[in-house]
Amino acid sequence: METIYASNIGIDTLWVLIAAFLVFFMQAGFGMVEAGFIRAKNACNILTKNFLDFCMASIGFFIFGYAIMFGRGNSFMGLQGWFLSGAQSAAPVPLFAFWLFQAAFCGAAATIVAGGMAERMKFSAYLVYSFIISAFIYPVVGHWIWGGGWLAKLNFIDFAGSTVVHTVGGFAALIGTIILKPRIGKYNSDKSANAIAGHNIPLASLGVFILWFGWFGFNPGSTLSVGNGNLIARVAINTNLAAASGGILAMFTIWKMFGKPDLSMAMNGALAGLVAITAPCAFIDPWAAITIGIVAGIIVVLGVVLLDRLNIDDPVGAVSVHGINGVWGTLAIGLFGKQALGLANNGLFYGGGLKQLGVQLLGVTAVIIFILITMGIVFKLIDATIGLRVSREEELRGLDIGEHGMESYAGFQVFVTE
Amino acid sequence: MKLIIAMIQPHKLPDVKKALYGAEVFKMTVTNALGCGQQKGYTETYRGVIHEVNLLKKVRLEIAVNEDFVEPTIKAIIKGSRSGKIGDGKIFVLDLPECIRIRTGERGGYAIG
Repeated sequence: METIYASNIGIDTLWVLIAAFLVFFMQAGFGMVEAGFIRAKNACNILTKNFLDFCMASIGFFIFGYAIMFGRGNSFMGLQGWFLSGAQSAAPVPLFAFWLFQAAFCGAAATIVAGGMAERMKFSAYLVYSFIISAFIYPVVGHWIWGGGWLAKLNFIDFAGSTVVHTVGGFAALIGTIILKPRIGKYNSDKSANAIAGHNIPLASLGVFILWFGWFGFNPGSTLSVGNGNLIARVAINTNLAAASGGILAMFTIWKMFGKPDLSMAMNGALAGLVAITAPCAFIDPWAAITIGIVAGIIVVLGVVLLDRLNIDDPVGAVSVHGINGVWGTLAIGLFGKQALGLANNGLFYGGGLKQLGVQLLGVTAVIIFILITMGIVFKLIDATIGLRVSREEELRGLDIGEHGMESYAGFQVFVTE
Repeated sequence: MKLIIAMIQPHKLPDVKKALYGAEVFKMTVTNALGCGQQKGYTETYRGVIHEVNLLKKVRLEIAVNEDFVEPTIKAIIKGSRSGKIGDGKIFVLDLPECIRIRTGERGGYAIG
């Protein structure tokens, strides 16, 4: 009998598709984290948003997104391959596999915002927002960095998306929550903050584990090929170490600052480590991954405290986890990156000077400015047309009944006190 | 001494608490309650099926006060909970023959304050 071996491209395609499925599953992680960290009366609403934004992202990224991100065009955006017709794969795997992997990333960027704007954003506004970000805004940034745009030409490096996915999502959430204003009862007139406790910590914990698991597709999958296995293995161990050290350090930081090892913050720390390692994971050694995770775990806690000081209400910590740590991860390439692992320049700690760090700083700053302006305009336009925020009465009663006419926990008595 | 029992809309609780604090009424007991009055119920939809929810979620407030606090308390509850629409709730005022603070053994008006 003739033996048939899988071709290299077949194995690579299998790998990219498995990674795409893992990244898709992160959608469930985001859903559980966000639902767990908010009040019971809004759980159905946030899950509807999480569910529908992946649907919207899939369609938006099919019609417009891929063409803008990977189509031939100028250094600002691609202009060819609408509806994938005539589009080409930007990796040595078939177009459809590459598209699915990229679409899952696009969905992740869109869904980050749901958490930051939770418990008060209108559902119809969210639908419109999620289509716009995934069809137009996210792909433009993606083109700059992964589609051969101006930042790619400057040797700006973002291996798996600290900037492309997480900084975009995090800063879109920041401008969104600023425009939306805080939830009723979050801040007192003397500017002090009240705790609005999440209603289901077990659910949020499950979500964090799912995200961590999915990240093994997010980062290692971004190799886009199996090769001899070395690169995948390096990315996987770095991903895991950064998450672990981020979780530990966030726990110790909150323990020291407020007296108790708060689980929700420790979990935010693991996510912060994952976000930060996403850009540098392929170009660093494991000790650097631990260091990056340590810093991420500390700054995620400081970020949450700082936002509360500024009276910016981010119910699940999306801005600290994805925005601030997306920036940190992007800059970390300029510190810990190694030329021997494929970078154009050594990082600062390997004697490469400030060159790579400067490029990273320029790139991430440009992306932040672009996102704040474009998403600011998008949210303002939505606010002026269909309205961004639900009524006061609906917010107090809960968006589950107000927006969807159904409860998350029918048969349970949900006690609404704030 | 009177015992004031109020049934209000759950989402009005923050406003009622605020109004009560404004009237210097700081002590209360709050419980979840189910019930219906004139409003009779509302409809919910679940997977396309419309069903009547007969008993509505309400919040039950119990506040024991001395005589001179009765009117301010009632006014504060109305101020916080009234929307003018059906379902705003009801307030019951009952005579309260005795009140004892367990910790000190104080009785009557002293125990309430």
